[in-house]
Amino acid sequence: MKANPAGVLTGAHFLDGDQACCEGALAAGADFAAGYPITPSTEVVERFAARVPTVGGLFIQLEDELASSIAILGAAWAGKKVFTVTSGPGFSLMMEHIGLAAMTETPCVFVDVQRGGPSTGLPTLPGQADMMQARWGSHGDYAIIALCPNSPQECFDLMIDAFNLAEQYRVPVLFMMDECVGHMTEKVVIPSADAIEIYPRRFTSLPPAEYKPFKPSPDGVPEMVKAGDGYRFHITGLTHDEQGYPAMTWRAQEKLVRRLVEKVRKNADKIVRAEECDLEDAEVVVLAYGITSRVALRALQMARAEDIRAGLLRPIVVWPFPEKRLRELAERVKAFVVVEMNYGQMVYEVERCAGGKTKTVLVEHGGGTVHDPEQVLTVIREAAR
Amino acid sequence: MSTAPAVQAAINPVEPFLRSDRMPHIWCPGCGIGTTVNCFSRALVDSKLDLDKVAIVSGIGCTGRVAGYLRLDSFHTTHGRAIPFATGLKLANPELTVVVYSGDGDLIAIGGNHFIHAARRNIDLKIICVNNFIYGMTGGQVAPTTPVGATATTTPYGCFERPFNLPFLAESSGAVYVARWTAFHVRHIARSMVEAFNKKGFSFIEIISPCPTLYQRRNKLGDGLDTMKLYKQKSVIKNGANTRDVDIAFGGEIIVGKFVDIERPTLHQTMDQQFRQVLKDRYAGLGGRG
Repeated sequence: MKANPAGVLTGAHFLDGDQACCEGALAAGADFAAGYPITPSTEVVERFAARVPTVGGLFIQLEDELASSIAILGAAWAGKKVFTVTSGPGFSLMMEHIGLAAMTETPCVFVDVQRGGPSTGLPTLPGQADMMQARWGSHGDYAIIALCPNSPQECFDLMIDAFNLAEQYRVPVLFMMDECVGHMTEKVVIPSADAIEIYPRRFTSLPPAEYKPFKPSPDGVPEMVKAGDGYRFHITGLTHDEQGYPAMTWRAQEKLVRRLVEKVRKNADKIVRAEECDLEDAEVVVLAYGITSRVALRALQMARAEDIRAGLLRPIVVWPFPEKRLRELAERVKAFVVVEMNYGQMVYEVERCAGGKTKTVLVEHGGGTVHDPEQVLTVIREAAR
Repeated sequence: MSTAPAVQAAINPVEPFLRSDRMPHIWCPGCGIGTTVNCFSRALVDSKLDLDKVAIVSGIGCTGRVAGYLRLDSFHTTHGRAIPFATGLKLANPELTVVVYSGDGDLIAIGGNHFIHAARRNIDLKIICVNNFIYGMTGGQVAPTTPVGATATTTPYGCFERPFNLPFLAESSGAVYVARWTAFHVRHIARSMVEAFNKKGFSFIEIISPCPTLYQRRNKLGDGLDTMKLYKQKSVIKNGANTRDVDIAFGGEIIVGKFVDIERPTLHQTMDQQFRQVLKDRYAGLGGRG
């Protein structure tokens, strides 16, 4: 289905990543957001609070991130397209409800504009150290999808994809920005509504007597209903059966949690997405995402100028990870160079995919600013030797 | 010769409101939660609400299980967060009557911040708080409602913290309807619930309820029936009482009644009015685009 034009600000704009993210949400049809102010993410909801009453829907600022992250789930079960936005400490507070969203298969988008951590860390400066928290931060086994934009244009484009993926797979989708991408201002082109494809909510067509809230469709994803439509359904964070009723047995756990994990795992080939640059003849593959990919690209150009055969692989969907592609590359390249604004997170995924067939080198950075391309170039040179 | 009366299937009048396929429930003999659910079902009958438009939200704990037993759109959420979940649900669909049904630990300890803010905003939620003075589900730990001197597993020498006076907390935070009853006052509870259903705004009903397995036994207060007798004996109905004066002391009297019933614009009304006034014809409504 096509986007509702009411939320689509068609035209060429000069926006920062936070503002573009908000416009992406509006274009995707988001009509409910809750949030709590936190730097450097607040501009997303400030813009949403200003815009949404003029296009239909509402924003509410709540008392903390715990409230915000569950209010959106309540709104989703009343039929809304929902998201919340946070950073650093707020992201930590939201973990429990990422788990509840995964367990109850509630479509929703969590935006994390990453800043330096741990704890209060560097509120106004960038980091990329929440990447593993995004995947594993809530307790127990579950699966999520995470996207990582590297420009304001992508903040717009990928927010639409984030909502579509949340609806298609009924998982929380994590939108992993960083302070640089959030606060950099660039040209953002917003297409017309009829050029924006929207994945609609998977509402059931079954009557209440035949409907089971957690009976999966062939792709592993159940159909949804909303409160007030006469289904009298039950939703719980407890392990539950297809009816949605608590089921405290290992068999129920096995059936439910395996499905929660597999609906992403088994559809990973359809979900993963990465940008490739100069990989055809590459001996050294640089892997970077978010703002860091733009620094890595500069280093790549410098390496090519020195006739080093280096290429770039940029995961756009970071979870699930582009595992298959990396395994192919591991068969024929000299090294993977992972550039990330942390002391080693996605590098573990790369190393795992390398499987000992090629070496993996990390170019680490504690955050607060981006890497120096020279620093990356030095490592590429070394790796190419 | 008299004929035997036709045998009629014994159907409990509240049965249509319950998920009988989920019985038996988890509550202990003598627990007061089931009594409150019975009152709630009667209130649903009496209120003549369209049950397809009633949603119930619970947090975690013994009372947190209520949502799972009622044949309504029902949500069993996370510990302490029933109110913000309900906030999202209600804001997203104002046609729903949204009831939050949970315990004192869930609503007032871990969820206390949400409680006061929801009352301040006057969001139209019906809060039913079953107060058994203790954490039941986890085995009898001290709660922010445990009276001074009562023992709990984590205050084995007696509670030494001043408890919250819940009606006072609710009123001073902004609730427009505040009542308290004990599990003995079944008709009053049902009547208050109907009033709360009909009220627009943050409505709060506290129900003092026995936990025979943990609170009553540990404090040598007898079983469920003994507690009912005690409630009958110790409770004093004072409608309109100043909530400042309704603290509950260990072994002391329990002041019950309807304490607050006032009018104040709800969150939805103030939000809608503000946008209407400022945005005029640019205002597209709160309804969304779905």
